[in-house]
Amino acid sequence: MSLYQIFIEPWERHASAYWPILAMAFFVTAACGLVGNYLVLRRISLVGDAISHSVLPGIAIAFILTNSRSGPPMFIGALVAGVITTLIIEVLHSRTRIKQDAAIGITFSTMFAIGVILISLHGSHTDLDLDCVLFGKLDFLSSKEKIIMGLPGVALTMGMVALIVGCLIVLFYKELLVSSFDPNLAATIGISPRLVHYLLMCILSVVVVSAFTSVGAILVIAMLILPAATSYLLTDRLWVMMLFSLIHSFLSAIGGIHLAVAFKIPTAPATVVCGMIFFVAAWIFSPTHGLIRYWFRSRASVNGECIN
Amino acid sequence: MVPRIRTIIIFGVALLSVTVHEAAAARIGEIVETNPWDQIRRFITFSDRGLRLSLIGAILFGAVCGLLGSFIVVRKMALFGDAISHAVLPGVALGFLWSMSKDPVAILIGATLAGLAGSLLVGAIRRTTRIKQDAALGIVLASFFAIGLCLIRIIQNNEGASKITGLKSYLFGDVAVLDRYDVIIMGVVTISTVILFGLLYRPFLAISFDRQFAVSIGYPVRILEALFQMFLAFAIVISLQAVGVVLVSAMLITPAATAYLLVDRMHRMVWIAMGIGIVSAIIGVFLSFLGSNLPTGPFMVLSASSIFTMAYLFSPKYGRFTKWLRYRNRAKKVREENSLKSIYHVLERRGMESSGNRVLITDLSSHRKMSVTKIFKEIKNMERSGLINLEGNSVSLTDDGFEKARSVVRNHRLWELYLTNEANYASDHVHDDAEKVEHFLSEEEVSELESYLDYPQKDPHGKPIPGRASA
Repeated sequence: MSLYQIFIEPWERHASAYWPILAMAFFVTAACGLVGNYLVLRRISLVGDAISHSVLPGIAIAFILTNSRSGPPMFIGALVAGVITTLIIEVLHSRTRIKQDAAIGITFSTMFAIGVILISLHGSHTDLDLDCVLFGKLDFLSSKEKIIMGLPGVALTMGMVALIVGCLIVLFYKELLVSSFDPNLAATIGISPRLVHYLLMCILSVVVVSAFTSVGAILVIAMLILPAATSYLLTDRLWVMMLFSLIHSFLSAIGGIHLAVAFKIPTAPATVVCGMIFFVAAWIFSPTHGLIRYWFRSRASVNGECIN
Repeated sequence: MVPRIRTIIIFGVALLSVTVHEAAAARIGEIVETNPWDQIRRFITFSDRGLRLSLIGAILFGAVCGLLGSFIVVRKMALFGDAISHAVLPGVALGFLWSMSKDPVAILIGATLAGLAGSLLVGAIRRTTRIKQDAALGIVLASFFAIGLCLIRIIQNNEGASKITGLKSYLFGDVAVLDRYDVIIMGVVTISTVILFGLLYRPFLAISFDRQFAVSIGYPVRILEALFQMFLAFAIVISLQAVGVVLVSAMLITPAATAYLLVDRMHRMVWIAMGIGIVSAIIGVFLSFLGSNLPTGPFMVLSASSIFTMAYLFSPKYGRFTKWLRYRNRAKKVREENSLKSIYHVLERRGMESSGNRVLITDLSSHRKMSVTKIFKEIKNMERSGLINLEGNSVSLTDDGFEKARSVVRNHRLWELYLTNEANYASDHVHDDAEKVEHFLSEEEVSELESYLDYPQKDPHGKPIPGRASA
């Protein structure tokens, strides 16, 4: 496969097919990445993992009842499943001697198992099957959706979600910032850390549910963490970090599409692989926190000790 | 520990020799009809060779998951197990790519290497950057999984969909694809894991509960931890075909967490976790056997979760329901003893404390500060347990009830005396404490108190301490 076929042909010949995919991939990674910053800073990244697994039975039931992949029923189903999961984790963790990590592991795997069984009992369906759970349906979105403003409906919805998430985060920037770094200070200046936490969880579940059908249940976690972790290695300021995570989302969406074209693979995992490559690059080359810098510094300090 | 290991080895070898002598077995997936009753009959009679093979596989990996899962749960590494189990996927795909067939050895090697690479990467990210454990786990989990998905799709593109069917079972599990060589490898891994953990049980116990201590008494902690991670990768890999990458962590966590709710000692927990792992694996095989073409993994996970729920409710020590029952019984005992004590107090005030003397229910209700209807209900209950006699509108203590009442009053006054004399409490501060303790003093504690206080006659408020029946 020539470079022309990989990098230019998609945009020259099939632009109408690839623009929506790019837009969708960017909207999903951007919305996830923005929320992900706070997950990484608050050290609750794996909550995203748990939520993305455990909404599956809710989505499956909503799908089986309405037989469509339309928004509202799925969203309600997912929300109910998410709330139930949170409650079960809380009960297991606070009322028994089971630790939080095991409680999370037990609950989300059970919910996920129920979801998988429901989907496979319902028979293979083109819209929601196990492939969708694993790989996502990023590549199939342009086939039958209605086109509005040059974008298919789902991409437009995802764009709205990303925009709303962005607005909420800008609006509550101070509250999120303070409560993420110093919950005690937040409490003393009248911001309830608990309320902010629940707000964040709400935003998180909205994002996860809307990203679900395009990237699948498992890859969501990468969309949440990779942009944030990458930019966490590059800067110390929160708003710069959020900006970098947006850039990371954009670059990995583009890179993902080309990777997918080059190897004929689904776009969602390709986007994740691309995001991981950026992360590894940042890990090695970051001017402030990179491995090279780390290595030189530790060597310099050893030399310094020798001289002294 | 050693004789147990020996029995297990003999058992395992026997199992293996049975499987090795099986002729080419029919696979469950090839059965066409799916009448549930027929299937149940087949399952119970073990008429199907492929089924026998899957059951042996289920027993083997259920045991090894329970064993390693116990250590994972007590070390609070549950989500680490989850991350590693997702991270083996690219190794599975590479092992497949290497041999271009479902060669179990190649896949085992590839997946183990990928799992170890994943755990090394988590450690490296945590050590050299400021990213914390949770994010590091998430990165490794999702990135490796994505790479694995990409590789699987590439193999599918190059080799066609027919070759990939074997590989698909690695995602959600399909016990029917297990063949003889898979089961032999599972047996080898299970037996070597059991032997290793049997021999090195104490060192592993030490690093799980108190790493500093393990370092200080000279165990090679680094090597032990590397060994643990390697065998964890092995356990995950041999479970993959049966449970699938996505859910294998549940088979590690859930049986062990269930055992954790049941017992306190680590070696018992390990045995119980292995048992639960085996049972839920077998139930999973059974349930997926009922329908056609159902993934096995989710059913195994669901049966493990159901067993967990049972333990959560009915565990003798930590169950919610048993706790509630215990609480109810204790509350009933306290209420009963308080009523007996009230009757005794009323009688004592009149100077006629003995069994048989009657007390009006209205007097009792005013002394106990409870409404007459409530008191009456309680009296009915106590009459049924033979503590008091109800005659018209008054009650009297039976001999049994009188003895009980005396002992509660004795406990109360002894404790008050102990607090004022030995713990230097003011005499007007001791009542509330004694009100609680009186119900829970054992026979020995009371006699110890008596001899310690030199067999006193009066409590701090000058009231007589009733003696024992024999005295």
